[in-house]
Amino acid sequence: MSGHDHSPAHGHGGHHVHVVSLKMYFTVIALLFALTFLTVWTASMDLGAYNTIVALLIAITKATLVVLIFMHVLWSKKIVWIMVGSSVVWFAILVAFTMQDYLSRNLG
Amino acid sequence: MSTSAHAAPVAAPHHGAHGDSGHGHAHHPGLAHHFDDLEQQKDSAVYGMWAFLVQEVMFFGGLFIAYIVYRNLYPDAFAHASNLLNVPLGATNTAILLASSLTMALAVRGGATGSKPTQLIMLVLTIVFGLAFLVVKYFEYAEKFEHHLVPGPTFMSDPAHVSPFFQAHPEEIPHAKIFFFLYFAMTGVHAAHMIVGAGLMAWIFLRAKKGEFVPEHHDALEMSGLYWHFVDIVWIFLFPMIYLLGYHFGGHH
Repeated sequence: MSGHDHSPAHGHGGHHVHVVSLKMYFTVIALLFALTFLTVWTASMDLGAYNTIVALLIAITKATLVVLIFMHVLWSKKIVWIMVGSSVVWFAILVAFTMQDYLSRNLG
Repeated sequence: MSTSAHAAPVAAPHHGAHGDSGHGHAHHPGLAHHFDDLEQQKDSAVYGMWAFLVQEVMFFGGLFIAYIVYRNLYPDAFAHASNLLNVPLGATNTAILLASSLTMALAVRGGATGSKPTQLIMLVLTIVFGLAFLVVKYFEYAEKFEHHLVPGPTFMSDPAHVSPFFQAHPEEIPHAKIFFFLYFAMTGVHAAHMIVGAGLMAWIFLRAKKGEFVPEHHDALEMSGLYWHFVDIVWIFLFPMIYLLGYHFGGHH
């Protein structure tokens, strides 16, 4: 993993302290601002159904950057990845099960 | 007599486990006695915090699914109602919140490097950005009250602030009311989280000031940071979903 290093400060029993580089944090914040401009700019255009898709893709990208870098998940143990992933899966189930009802009501 | 004679040898090693004498290495003052070491303690904090945040996803998820269902049912009303919101204020708050997430990350980094000045400065900036967000929110809400865009008996009763779409389609006004209900519920619950977060940061600031957060042990600072970033992520979705739906129609106000 480039962009971070272990600080010289170690606790007992091999306890490592992650120090993410400033360069990485500033890169992430620059990307977050750029993506915010992108989402406003694309929303100003009439892209039909693609407006929603573009807006969601940008928002998911921004959220992923925050989760992985600012929230340190990139350097966290697998169980944290599983917990983060579970929230996405459960929300997807909520949306999928609800919308399969609403979206299929006018079919037959 | 015999009971106290029993008690003494039991009590002695028990005390020894807490104190610094005896077992070779001194315990870190930040290590609670029910954990083996600082790493196990930190892992427990991280898992606990993420369990809470996953629960928060489900909490906000209920509002998001309500939004998805009603937007799907009334797409035109939602897009035109969204166009009555103040996009510049919403965008300003997005920028403020992103900046606060950077200062939050830098405050936690100050914990990892053991820099107390960094912790204090970045925590103050995070609180200032958080309060600035709430001030903008206040003006935004006040504008909605003045324009009669708050769900209630006088909703959209002021023709000056009802867009041509709703004047031409008054039957869509109840659907716009649902949009504005969701707008207030979602941004309101988010703002409530911001207020909690600002209070949390004030408490963490006082602890940082005491010099509590050192590289090997700054769990409270780091977990508070996770909360702050989570609230930022909620806004990352709220901004395009609520403010930008009808932005391609051109600004109304």
